[in-house]
Amino acid sequence: MIARFAIRLFLAAMALLLAAPLAVVAGVSINEKKSLTFPPQGFSLAWYGEIFAEAGWRNALFASLGIALASAALAVIVALPLAWFLWRRHAPWARLVQLLGFAPFVLPPVITALGFLSFWNAAGFYGAAWTVVISHGIFFVTLPLVTLTLGFEAIDGSLVEAAATMGADEPTILRTVVLPLILPYMISGFAFAFVLSLNEYIVAYMTVGFTVETLPIRIFNSLRYGYTPTMAAVAVLFVVIAAVVFGLVARFGDLPKLLGAWSPRED
Amino acid sequence: MIRTAPRRLVDYAPIAWPALMLVLFFVLPFGLMLAVSFFRRVPGGFYQPDFVLANYARFLTAFFGNVLGFSLGLALLVAVIAVALAFPFTYLLSRMRRRQQVPWLVFLLAVLSLSEVIIGFSWSTLLSRTAGVTNLLVLIGLMDQPVSLSPGFGAVLTGMTYQAFPYAVLVLYPSLSRLDPTLTEAARTLGASPLRSFFTVVVPALRNAILATVIMVFVFALGSYLLPQLLGRPQQWTLSVLITDQAIYQSNMPFAAAMAVFLVLVSLALVVLSTLLGQKEGRT
Repeated sequence: MIARFAIRLFLAAMALLLAAPLAVVAGVSINEKKSLTFPPQGFSLAWYGEIFAEAGWRNALFASLGIALASAALAVIVALPLAWFLWRRHAPWARLVQLLGFAPFVLPPVITALGFLSFWNAAGFYGAAWTVVISHGIFFVTLPLVTLTLGFEAIDGSLVEAAATMGADEPTILRTVVLPLILPYMISGFAFAFVLSLNEYIVAYMTVGFTVETLPIRIFNSLRYGYTPTMAAVAVLFVVIAAVVFGLVARFGDLPKLLGAWSPRED
Repeated sequence: MIRTAPRRLVDYAPIAWPALMLVLFFVLPFGLMLAVSFFRRVPGGFYQPDFVLANYARFLTAFFGNVLGFSLGLALLVAVIAVALAFPFTYLLSRMRRRQQVPWLVFLLAVLSLSEVIIGFSWSTLLSRTAGVTNLLVLIGLMDQPVSLSPGFGAVLTGMTYQAFPYAVLVLYPSLSRLDPTLTEAARTLGASPLRSFFTVVVPALRNAILATVIMVFVFALGSYLLPQLLGRPQQWTLSVLITDQAIYQSNMPFAAAMAVFLVLVSLALVVLSTLLGQKEGRT
């Protein structure tokens, strides 16, 4: 009885700690006047409108969305053949390529960012808007690689055997058996890469920081001139986007399994 | 399913494209950074190819030693606190029903994916004088007037732990949710209290996983580049902040690259160590 109460209390405390900064930001984002006060004074959604009405914020929003969509697509396109090859072919050396795919995510991000800065600078494309798409695509390739590797492992090998026995060649098996089974994992890999790219600051800053303003870059730049409720509104927008995207992944896929739990027990 | 070894050239085609992309846009930039760390800085310009060790020699100064010591100590403190909170939390989470786990996981992922800019902004608001938590304390009469708790060491520590906590949970989650439930059931049958079975069965069984997670979170915290800047004072700047500062504001790419190479070596050594720990766990 006491134990159960203590567990509830601990979980509630963790939830509160995790939610507290977000709650305060949500609170200040509805202030009526252009000041950050909490508890909020008055109620106004004007600051959310500002994101779309003010050209600077609107451009940053669209730049961020465009970069996130393109780079998440690139990450999936790079990860898919790699994960397929690792699953379908027997080639121990291919693990090395897999390791390269994991590396950007494990190392401190500032290192990858600095690598890209030197690279684009040497290549003569420093500051070009498309460089951030490639940079993010490579930086986040780990996420679809992980989800797709899980997805391929989950495919029942006898399905592939059966298709082969019935005379299907490799491309047909891929199209009719493998791709439909792997699609949810592709989508979740895309979703993870998309949300993280949307939030990414340091790689974007070091590649296109002086030519393109993404939302995180714009928030950071405006922090210098003081805090405004618009920034709080943008922060809330980010939390909502992340929660909606991951909620959808959970709705249409098995989130615990994607994050490494065994498939659910039969009970 | 039979996995065949690639034989013909066309069999290699699927891996050629990802391999090319990763070599071109990850290995090459990385190698370039390594090279730049030996280049000579041109004041006012960028850098010119050379082979000098001056950038590495700067590591030997007291200033750098302080920054390094502070970065490592801070990252370690963050890792220990985050894992100490995350381990019991993840244990409880993994014992919930799947349906209950999902909202928690969505929430944790949402917090984890938040930009450091937003975490920094949120915590500096929460710790500020005008909108901060001290206003609530004033409201309930515990304090006379609101005070500002940021910038400072406490704010940096809090922000970084906040950022690291969901990461620690998600690193621990696979091993905890795969833990054989009969282990604790056996302990309970033999009369151990839940708390006792947690400390005498669960914690020792996952000793290596805990250590590996501390190392992973340590590397993660080492990479934090904005929170020390947004929530701390210059004396709380870490190696990652310094690298950014040198690269962007001081235009000293060679020195920034040398520090980055150093950070890579430290991180890689630690990641390899944690992988070895993880493998040991898998065998026993």
